[in-house]
Amino acid sequence: MVSEATNTTGQQRFDCRDAYMHELEAMAAADPRVCAVANDSVSSAKLKNFKARFPDRFVNVGIAEQNMVGVGAGLANGGMVPYVCGASCFLTARAMEQVKVDLCYSKSNVKLCAMSPGMAYGQLGPTHHSIEDLAWMRILPNLTVIVPADPIETAAVMRYSLQHEGPMFLRIARVPVPRVHGSEYEFKLGKAVRLREGSDVTLIANGLLVCRALDAARLLEARGISARVLNMSSLKPLDREAILDAARTTRGIVTAEEALVAGGLGGAVAEVLAQEHPAPMRILGLPDTFAPTGTAEFLLDYFGLSAQGIEHAALDMLKHEA
Amino acid sequence: MEIPPAGPGRATWLKHKANWLRLSAMTMNHHAHLGHTGGDLSSADILAILFLGGILNIDPAQPRWPQRDRFILSKGHGAAAYYSTLAARGYFPVEQLRTYMDPLSMLNGHPDRNKLPGVEANTGPLGHGLPIAVGAALACRMRKESWRVFVLTGDGELQEGSNWEAAMTAQHYGLDNLTMIVDRNRIQQGDFTENTIRMEPLAERFRAFGFAVEEIDGHSSAALYNRLSHLPIEPGKPSCILANTIKGKGVSFAENQPAWHHGVPTSEQLALAAKELGVEVAW
Repeated sequence: MVSEATNTTGQQRFDCRDAYMHELEAMAAADPRVCAVANDSVSSAKLKNFKARFPDRFVNVGIAEQNMVGVGAGLANGGMVPYVCGASCFLTARAMEQVKVDLCYSKSNVKLCAMSPGMAYGQLGPTHHSIEDLAWMRILPNLTVIVPADPIETAAVMRYSLQHEGPMFLRIARVPVPRVHGSEYEFKLGKAVRLREGSDVTLIANGLLVCRALDAARLLEARGISARVLNMSSLKPLDREAILDAARTTRGIVTAEEALVAGGLGGAVAEVLAQEHPAPMRILGLPDTFAPTGTAEFLLDYFGLSAQGIEHAALDMLKHEA
Repeated sequence: MEIPPAGPGRATWLKHKANWLRLSAMTMNHHAHLGHTGGDLSSADILAILFLGGILNIDPAQPRWPQRDRFILSKGHGAAAYYSTLAARGYFPVEQLRTYMDPLSMLNGHPDRNKLPGVEANTGPLGHGLPIAVGAALACRMRKESWRVFVLTGDGELQEGSNWEAAMTAQHYGLDNLTMIVDRNRIQQGDFTENTIRMEPLAERFRAFGFAVEEIDGHSSAALYNRLSHLPIEPGKPSCILANTIKGKGVSFAENQPAWHHGVPTSEQLALAAKELGVEVAW
């Protein structure tokens, strides 16, 4: 699918939690199986209105993430479709064994809504950062892992999740992002979205980094470099064909994600390329470190996860490749 | 399905069934050279009453029948007794018990609901069953249905904090469609529970967490049957049955021995067990 290239600077930005919340409530209104599970953070998970509208289908287990995920598995066993919503840092790390066993190994029809991921809680420090979640979730068999790029895709993924049988991890951004998809956008599992055509280099990003990749493509265009931009929101399953096509038809690939370099999107792309079509690559993310304190925007720039950072990585790669 | 006789013959009939489960589990562990004999033997009477004594409203011909009662084996290492129970109840042929832990067998060392009909939850790591049971009990309530949820836990596994998280949820939501049975055999893998990390006063702990609690003899078929036939213990509260059991029950050399947590019987020990249990396993 090809959407029109977008200059995102100066555009209105949106908290993707609002799109998730509206869609969850709409689904609950239409389908009596839809329920929500929270771990005290009802406001952070944007579930206040859900609780008021559907009190009988709202469970707050308190500050108890292991129990929260197990309760989700039990709700699914009983025929409900639970959306288990909590801050990604706690939902993944604290409940990892429950995610592995109760959801993934068991193939439970539970949707994990991982709120405020990455460095959304930048100022709160590394305890509240969730830069490990993509690596942890990506390695789990049976788990579908989606990192939406904007509110339109967030809503589309929510709608998709209800008809998808099996466990899903949905990374719901809190840091505001512009719209990068048109209102007609339809989510297709395992398919990269080609947001911009290009023949020199391919930029592959997900989540917050998609709009930055689009801006980087614009910067590269000013230098006479044609950059393709792929939104790889479907981290698992991965669109291998789109990756291999990028390797075959452009001179290299730069990946960018709001997560550790180890084990995330870049790693997933590299696994495909290394075995099937080795190609020049740069992987942008956090190095092997916990992040310092600062706003999310500050930290993204600090780690080079900016339009300029992506631009420089592409230029560096092309220079070495040449 | 065989129907247990009414009246005074019921307890004897159920005891005989439980002893068959015991010898079947020991035979499985013997063949696999692996297993958790002690806990298989301690839980056999509970499993027999639930599945063969008519407590659970289930239909082996429709393992995912939406209105079925849910039984979750939280102590997933008690798989051999559990599989023997499911086979005896008709979920799959008893001959399949021969494949326990064989390569590519449906009978994993710990239960897998996607392989074996009748299994509700994949367990093995401890402290997972009660949260899942709480979720199922909540689902039943959301759907305004009347089925019930039973979960059998070990006692050592209550050292996992997730149980107490789930206990708080169960009491907060007043889940009286949930019955937790604790196989209180007082031995965990390494030692007696009370030498490892003190569990007592366990009944008071569960009462403090909002459960209606009753302690019973976990090897008395009559006591188990009477209690499980009249649930909940108290309306508006989740039920907790502390079933006092003996690890290795029914087999003299295994009783109350921590080493038999995952002890595996030799051929001679298996023959002696068959004699002591007074049953035959012919699968």
